[in-house]
Amino acid sequence: METLFFLIITLVAIISAILVVTCKNPINSALSLIMTFFCLATYYVMLDAPFMAAVQVMVYAGAIMVLMVFTIMLLNIRVDSSKKHSHKLVLGSIIGFFTLVNTLFILFKSKAAMPNGPYSGEVIKKLGHTELVGKEIFTNFLLPFEITSILLLVAIVGAVILAKKKI
Amino acid sequence: MGIEILGLPLMYYIAMVVKVLVAFVFVLLTVAYATYAERKIIGHMQVRLGPMRTGWHGLLQPIADGVKLFFKEEIIPSQASTFAFLIAPLIALIPAFITFAVIPFGGTIEIAGYKIPLQVAAYYDTAAGQVFDVNVGVLYVLAMSSLGVYGIVLAGWASNSKYSLMGGLRASAQMISYELSAGLSIIAVFMLSGTLSLTKIVELQSGLGGFEWYIFKQPLAAFIFFICSLAEINRTPFDLPEAETELVSGFCTEYSSMKYAMFFMAEYANMVTVCALTATLFLGGWNGPLATAIPLLGPVYFVAKVYFLMFACMWIRATLPRYRYDQLMHLGWKVFIPVALLNIVVTGIIGFFI
Repeated sequence: METLFFLIITLVAIISAILVVTCKNPINSALSLIMTFFCLATYYVMLDAPFMAAVQVMVYAGAIMVLMVFTIMLLNIRVDSSKKHSHKLVLGSIIGFFTLVNTLFILFKSKAAMPNGPYSGEVIKKLGHTELVGKEIFTNFLLPFEITSILLLVAIVGAVILAKKKI
Repeated sequence: MGIEILGLPLMYYIAMVVKVLVAFVFVLLTVAYATYAERKIIGHMQVRLGPMRTGWHGLLQPIADGVKLFFKEEIIPSQASTFAFLIAPLIALIPAFITFAVIPFGGTIEIAGYKIPLQVAAYYDTAAGQVFDVNVGVLYVLAMSSLGVYGIVLAGWASNSKYSLMGGLRASAQMISYELSAGLSIIAVFMLSGTLSLTKIVELQSGLGGFEWYIFKQPLAAFIFFICSLAEINRTPFDLPEAETELVSGFCTEYSSMKYAMFFMAEYANMVTVCALTATLFLGGWNGPLATAIPLLGPVYFVAKVYFLMFACMWIRATLPRYRYDQLMHLGWKVFIPVALLNIVVTGIIGFFI
């Protein structure tokens, strides 16, 4: 049952990912990208990580893509009029191929292939995924978390300075 | 016990289907009669009678409106982006309805020895002896409501008309701004409850004879959340995306027939969901006197609370004028977000010492 569900979701994810690059209309591309993000969120649910799924939908599909759509609307781009370039296709395929090799390598050969850390699937199920994420972020990973916050703050201040004529 | 399908008893599937139907029909009927109630209530507040002709005191008005919209001519503007134009009402409508899946509308009832929690996305595990529901319920609601923005934004863009585009732009800016302060105000509730599951949040409010509501502990958060939700679903005084005096009808200017009806339904379904969520988070959900002793009282209390909040929405619409756009942004970014952040800090300090 779960395998069947996984296959259906994967099919939808792949089709919408292809539509992202093939759609002429940028808004339709953006919609397909939202669909892909949504499918990724479904994977998180199947991996017993509901918090990640909710955040995926909220941040990527909800916030970031709204800004993208907002920009496309403001610039009012209707149809992509740029001509097709064959060298882009070749470059894209090469990058895609190496990404695939990289992913396969990580899946089967690297450390990630052997999940033997302190948090195995059973531990996560017992303690609760959301609680665990919260606890780890505010104890063991406090420094990276704070550095990320400062980075985001700097980005916000930078955006305000760029956008505002008089400060 | 009995027949099992995929490791779950048959009763599980029957209960699920019945719960989905009950919740769906409840939202649909409420949406239909909310339109009537709104016209009637605002009418009486303005010393008018409201709809009176169709049926006794206009009771058949929603049906007449539905039939009228259903048989209207379908118009697709020649310059519109057809695909986005057709799909936008659906994108607005579906998140509005599926949000209701995680909201508990009653306690656990027992039918033929099988315990059923009155919440669509929840089941009672007999082996573990407890109710399992979506354990990030609140985040699910926030995620779905952030998807609802697309319906309006797309409608505004796809219509290819100035009024629609302005409406869509206003809607997206407004909804993104107010989502933030709504989310920040709920964090104070999480700090009290320690969980994101709506079932557990309701259970935690069951003390003091069913009156240990979070609104008494977090009045500021409740106020900010309710006001920001009004802004997020584009209700008056924040209905700038469809301000009829300046933008004709905003994002749905070019829509007609059933597609317009879908936007209309989405707006009212969003109102039902927001009121249900406010009732769940701050007004104790289905809790009330004797609700734990008599399980069937739970849904009654819940519906009463939701309808009271919806009445409050209509009351606000009849009372307050519309905000100006810069005032709206000022209120969202410079008043509500700092106050909500301060509320979190104060809750944290008090929680640390108690």
